[in-house]
Amino acid sequence: MRPLTEAETRVVFEKLGRYIGENIQLLVDRPDGTYCFRLHRDRVYYLSEKLLKVAACIPRESLVSLGTCFGKFTKSQKFRLSVTALDFLAPYAKYKVWVKPGSEQSFLYGNHVLKSGLGRITENTAQYQGVVVYSMADVPLGFGVAAKSTQECRKVDPMAIVVFHQADVGEYVRNEDTLT
Amino acid sequence: MAAVRVEEVLAAAEEQEAEKRRSVTVEKELELEFDLGNLLALDRNPPAAAGLRGAGPRRETVLRALARDNTQLLVAQLWDLPAERAGGAGGPLVAQLPEPTFRLPREKPPPRPRPPTRWEQFARLKGIRKRKRTSLVWDEQAKEWRRRWGYRRAGGDPARAWLAEVPEGADPEEDQFARLRREKQERVARNELNRLRNLARAHRAGTAVPAVPLHPTGHQSREELGHVARVARVSTASLGRFQPRLPKESAEPPSRSSGKKRRFEPLLGNLAAERSRQLELLRDMGSKKPVLDITRAVNKQLRQEEAEAAAAKGKKQSRRGKRGRRQ
Repeated sequence: MRPLTEAETRVVFEKLGRYIGENIQLLVDRPDGTYCFRLHRDRVYYLSEKLLKVAACIPRESLVSLGTCFGKFTKSQKFRLSVTALDFLAPYAKYKVWVKPGSEQSFLYGNHVLKSGLGRITENTAQYQGVVVYSMADVPLGFGVAAKSTQECRKVDPMAIVVFHQADVGEYVRNEDTLT
Repeated sequence: MAAVRVEEVLAAAEEQEAEKRRSVTVEKELELEFDLGNLLALDRNPPAAAGLRGAGPRRETVLRALARDNTQLLVAQLWDLPAERAGGAGGPLVAQLPEPTFRLPREKPPPRPRPPTRWEQFARLKGIRKRKRTSLVWDEQAKEWRRRWGYRRAGGDPARAWLAEVPEGADPEEDQFARLRREKQERVARNELNRLRNLARAHRAGTAVPAVPLHPTGHQSREELGHVARVARVSTASLGRFQPRLPKESAEPPSRSSGKKRRFEPLLGNLAAERSRQLELLRDMGSKKPVLDITRAVNKQLRQEEAEAAAAKGKKQSRRGKRGRRQ
């Protein structure tokens, strides 16, 4: 377990910034305690200082997970956000997409969101912008990347993909073994 | 009685004044040479030979007086230098020393070159000279220029050699691949042994022979020169703390492990500092965003066009409606 280097921090913040923009400050600088990022076995964890002090006592081989896993670094040092970060992305999300009840299940199975399943989308969403996907009852379902900007969404045909799937809460059941 | 006392007091005071003035002025036959950059004063006056002969308290007093006089002259020169108050109005008066002119000699003798290795001795004896090899070799099979060794070498990948001929007079049951591998390992081990032996010989012969030769040879690689520069920087009395940087040297102090091992921040280090560093990083990242976002501009344009289209449609419908009603 070690803190992130400058380059790694930059990569992680860039990725997070695609979904929550400048609200990362609220994650870094919290009024209710000191929270920090730590790297353990290529996975980035977000945890409070109290928890860090306790976790520091556990030997490296026995330590499985600590705090909240935000994602992992791949072999080529790219950062991949995982669904376990959703609890921290959803409240600070800048661009949101609401999905109709009919195609909620499709999204939770790992499929992309089609125009026919699109309920609402935040105004001014650019193409390839990171978005958080909600159900119509404002329950966060996951996150993804907008395949079309808001303007284009209005014009495109019903079978076109509007949001690329990246992570959804169904992964908690599907990838139970590999999530930490 | 009182008058006599007063006279005595006055006389004593006058004597003291004269003493002070005398102590400040120093008479010398030859002027001293000063190098104020090194705080050096060179006295070329021949000393009183009688005073210096033989050890003892007399010699001590003579030497002490000499030292005091020369120091007085040196300090008088220092007072002539341009000075300023360091650290504001109430700080100490600091003189600005000029550049040193006197070249100080080496403290220790220069390092000796390392003794020649066994091969070097043999080569010198036989008159064998080093021949520079070409980096590329013509590969007849592949019909192109390939490296002499390394990735995609001429002569094929040795790991993929599927054929190993049994030489004449060798045991037919012997595993040729194993033999080749073993022989290579032996060659490598022998090479390493000889290298270590040469190092040990050099270490025994010289006082402290560095791994990389510190005196300039004509053929030193860039890394070697960098290493030498680093060693030279640290080889001062203050271990390089006050050494000015070379023109193109990086401005940070060299890490203690300038080798391959990576060093990370401590796990439970100063969390407040970490937080402030991250906020700085966020601020830097935020400020670099481009002022003109092309996609937003395109979207804005699209929206304008849509609005215009909608307005035109509305006008058409209203006009049609009016015409219809009139009919």
